[in-house]
Amino acid sequence: MSLITIDPRKAAPFPEAAAEILHDTQLRKNVAHATDVIQRKRAIVVAEKDDWQALRDAGAAIRREALQHLDTYLEQFEQQFTRAGGHVHWALDAEEAQRIVLALLREAQATEIIKIKSMTSAEIDLNRSLAANGIRAYETDLAELILQLGAELPSHLIAPALHKNRQQVRELFAREMHLPNLTDDPPALAEAARLYLREKFLKVKTGVCGANFLVADTGSVCIVESEGNGRMCLTLPDTLIAIAGIEKVIPRFSDLEVLFQSLPRSATGERMNPYTSLWSGVTPGDGPRNLHVVLLDNGRSEILADAKSRQTLQCIRCGACQNTCPVYRQTGGHAYGAVYGGPIGAILTPQLFHLDYAQSLPYASSLCGACYEVCPVKINIPEVLVYLRSKVVDRQRGKLASVFNQERVGMKMMARIFLSRERFETAQSIARVLEKPLVGRDGWIHWLPGLAGRWTAARDMEALPAQTFREWWQGRGKQ
Amino acid sequence: MSREVVLSRVRSALSGSKTEALPATPAYRRTGILTSEQRLHMFEERLGEYGARVFQSSEPDLRERLATVLIEGQKLKMVHPPGLPESWLDRRISWTADAPGVDGLSFTQIESFDGVLTAATVAVAESGSIVLHHGPTEGRRALTLLPDYHLCVLFSHQVVETLPECFERLKGSATRPTTFISGPSATGDIEMTRIKGVHGPRFLDVILLSP
Repeated sequence: MSLITIDPRKAAPFPEAAAEILHDTQLRKNVAHATDVIQRKRAIVVAEKDDWQALRDAGAAIRREALQHLDTYLEQFEQQFTRAGGHVHWALDAEEAQRIVLALLREAQATEIIKIKSMTSAEIDLNRSLAANGIRAYETDLAELILQLGAELPSHLIAPALHKNRQQVRELFAREMHLPNLTDDPPALAEAARLYLREKFLKVKTGVCGANFLVADTGSVCIVESEGNGRMCLTLPDTLIAIAGIEKVIPRFSDLEVLFQSLPRSATGERMNPYTSLWSGVTPGDGPRNLHVVLLDNGRSEILADAKSRQTLQCIRCGACQNTCPVYRQTGGHAYGAVYGGPIGAILTPQLFHLDYAQSLPYASSLCGACYEVCPVKINIPEVLVYLRSKVVDRQRGKLASVFNQERVGMKMMARIFLSRERFETAQSIARVLEKPLVGRDGWIHWLPGLAGRWTAARDMEALPAQTFREWWQGRGKQ
Repeated sequence: MSREVVLSRVRSALSGSKTEALPATPAYRRTGILTSEQRLHMFEERLGEYGARVFQSSEPDLRERLATVLIEGQKLKMVHPPGLPESWLDRRISWTADAPGVDGLSFTQIESFDGVLTAATVAVAESGSIVLHHGPTEGRRALTLLPDYHLCVLFSHQVVETLPECFERLKGSATRPTTFISGPSATGDIEMTRIKGVHGPRFLDVILLSP
């Protein structure tokens, strides 16, 4: 089993990565089909909630409140979870989180672990670090199993293998599980996964998971899932380690009455997912005796400090923004070069890397606003995208090369022109003369030189009108 | 200590930022509007949409109804949590009780049964969910997970309409292990289509006792 990982520090810029993926017609077909299906389902279960907007408001308020008092709620969670016999660990970054998990696994003498799908574990590249230390991780979520067996990268927050269709999954399972007679009927594929993992569930004594929510007032960890692989991993082992970003905490148990309505609808288009589990420390005779939670910062406290982009941390990882995004729907998740793809990834990833990497991602958007519209916790993603673009540009500003940057010079000129009416009107008349050789017989410009050619590469531009509104206004009484 | 570093980073990140008060009364719907009959009907319909079956019965008929469902489904070797009333258990079925603590069944033993019979704590009509708190009549979590078939008995007064009403009922016991079950095990991972039956029980039946 090979291990491949995704590292935004090494990934190609979005336009390059996307251009390559756009040639993969099968992948694009699979992504379009899957996101269509899920959007249709979501629309139905959202439409039947006449209080949907109120649920979005409430969800946003809960997440904002959690972030505004994050220190208090983290400490409260720690206190409650510890009181019930659990252990809480704190990790500044990915390396420290890996070290903590490894030490806990060594203590438990684990050579194998069973895992519930966890984006946070992918973020810290846990499987690779465990493999380097002789511990084998078994992914138990169907999609994660598909990726692990196929040595593929995740492409979606909720359904990380949505870029594979049933025939492709069939090929993979038939080969890796030695089932030559397997059909591509989805129930048969699910059955194959059931049999493949059953023995692992009963045998492996250590589990690793993420967390959908950490509840401060009860000290509960919450896992939202469909297959029952989650329940297996969180019930059968002796030791269970949950890795969660510090932003995952919510103030109260009763806040779940909102999030349990908005998350499943947004994520899988269901009124409720098949299984949701909550546990608060150790229950004698029921489930793991050694419970750990690793709280991961890894750049989050820095995002928290920026009032304009703090809302990024409200995310509950439903993936609705990905399904609706006209850019993601063309490219799928891989083009984003990070564990978190799509609109939320385009704002989260660069920030997790202090804007040192993934600088092209804030531009991977048409700013149409569809992501904001569907977000169950009302993260204004377009607003953050524009803000991050400005930060990326600010970073370039100081550099010598930018003095000669065409775009920058052009923008500076535009700024001067827009500052005065005279200059603006002069520019209009000059432009009308200059554009003449470029205007086609149909009154449209099909080609522009230099940097401006990027605009006409994909669309035509209408020629300037013979008369502006102002000119018409001034001349209107004179005829 | 990273704990102190993380917390101090969080505190300095938040210093000087405004905090807003939450609205005293949330604007989303908290209480149900349906009659009891409509509520039970909605529960049946929505749980049914997930692929579970819901049967009607009444307390005096329960034992007979349970036996019929199990015999028809060929589920003759059943396991149950230690606190289930003896009066529910018809002798035509072979029953094994799980025990608390070290005397409990092994995972392999639990898995070998045809199915498990339990009660529940509360159920939600709007989302088609059953909530288990894993007490003496619901069993530890492994008990309702490993067998391929789960039969659950619900009293109609346990069915609420909305999730907020459900959380109101769970208030006093929120720290107990809790499982929300909304239909049999399923996955949407292949082409986003809900396929029944992966790792959890692939078959879920509910017997709903009329008021």
